[in-house]
Amino acid sequence: MERFAYANPSTLKEAVGLLSSRWGETAILAGGTDLLSLMKNYVAAPKRLVSIKNIAELRGINSDTDGIRIGALTTLQELLDDESIRRDFPALAHAAEGVASMQLRNMGTVGGDLCQRPRCWYFRSGFGLLAQDEQGRSLVTEGDNRYHAILGNRGPAYFVHPSSLAPALIALDARVSIFGPKGENSMLLKDFFQTPQSANERETVLQTDEIVTRITIPSFLRGWPNATYEIRPKEALDWPLATASVLLQLEGDAVAHAHVVLGHVAPIPWNAESASQWLVGQRINEQTAAKAGMEAVRDARPLSGNGYKVKLASVAVKRALLAAVQGGA
Amino acid sequence: MPDAVAKTTVTCTVNGKQRTLRVYPMARLLDVLREEWQLTGTKEGCGEGECGACSVLIDGELVNSCLVPVLQVEGAEITTIEGVADGDRLHAVQEAFISSGGAQCGICTPGMILAAVNLLERVPDPGEAEIRTGLAGNLCRCTGYTKIFAAVVRACQRTQAKA
Repeated sequence: MERFAYANPSTLKEAVGLLSSRWGETAILAGGTDLLSLMKNYVAAPKRLVSIKNIAELRGINSDTDGIRIGALTTLQELLDDESIRRDFPALAHAAEGVASMQLRNMGTVGGDLCQRPRCWYFRSGFGLLAQDEQGRSLVTEGDNRYHAILGNRGPAYFVHPSSLAPALIALDARVSIFGPKGENSMLLKDFFQTPQSANERETVLQTDEIVTRITIPSFLRGWPNATYEIRPKEALDWPLATASVLLQLEGDAVAHAHVVLGHVAPIPWNAESASQWLVGQRINEQTAAKAGMEAVRDARPLSGNGYKVKLASVAVKRALLAAVQGGA
Repeated sequence: MPDAVAKTTVTCTVNGKQRTLRVYPMARLLDVLREEWQLTGTKEGCGEGECGACSVLIDGELVNSCLVPVLQVEGAEITTIEGVADGDRLHAVQEAFISSGGAQCGICTPGMILAAVNLLERVPDPGEAEIRTGLAGNLCRCTGYTKIFAAVVRACQRTQAKA
């Protein structure tokens, strides 16, 4: 690790003042579970770390008539242990439950889950987010891409977004609040993620001197069936190969509104819009859930080594839909 | 940007004893435990938060000490494997690991025992699935886990027999 200075502010304003407007000079430390690895591998070498752990307003889960507000410093285990989240939003609780191990869930935060960097091995080995050689050719398309994107992969980005919570939160129409030099603003979480088009862009729209402060889920979604299904090589301590989060509004047995979001298949959490639309008017059963799954991956264009992920993503959608109507997963 | 880092003072409680140290703020808790305080029971496995060999309890929560900058334990209560026994009297989990053959090479054992102690504090009578989930953050390359799970079952039988 390179040497760096350390700051421990107790207000958001102070924290933002300590963050540089240039990428790479400063970094925000919350749970540290991703940042420390990046620093040890020299993928990140900030000159100053700004801890946000002592900013009290970033903590806690509370609700009012508008929404359920989840502070950015809420740990994944706190999220998982929250009774109302487990009851009303099994899609989110299940996504949190899937993260690594209790040791990491006790440290890792909701804000950190959304802002963690991709696991692409070329990125983690220092070849940059777009993983290109000196001539600008993709190392991914020519190399080992078994865990890379099958959707949204027309280039130059081929990594998959690593967040476990984002697909569930986007399915739940969550908003993200951000504090920066000009104060606070918020946006739909789906608009927070972007596919970088050049080496100057990152996987989110967050600027280097901005801090994610909280996530808000609309209150009226309580009672809408929702679920997440994750497919991973083994049950613990591994990254999912494909996940699906779904939210349904039912009228009688029929779907009035659906939201299907895939994880770990694209550089952003992937809104499967055609599947969401196709579901309207359907009754969820084995056949319709399977059809929606196929619809969700219709545009998939696998790389040389990841064709298997198309089937996995399709099955994840099917099983998430069935879990949602059977009372969540 | 400011100049290189200065050492800072960190005060915390380790296994019931208050400790104060001048240290670089981002020193890993794992290294401080082992090298400054000679508590070498805590092991380093992967150093990346994947294997759980360095597990300790911070304010009762199980964490990987390789991923904890020491400044984040200011004011905290830390329990390492050295603090699990009551003097010479082993904890029920430790005894069960011995009698069930739950330890072989020993590298995963301290973390595994802390994870098991933490599990039994949260869930006094865990089922098999809960034991597997509770220890899911701790890798073992020797035992195949079966004897470790048996040790946890034995430990909770013993604890309940006493209660």
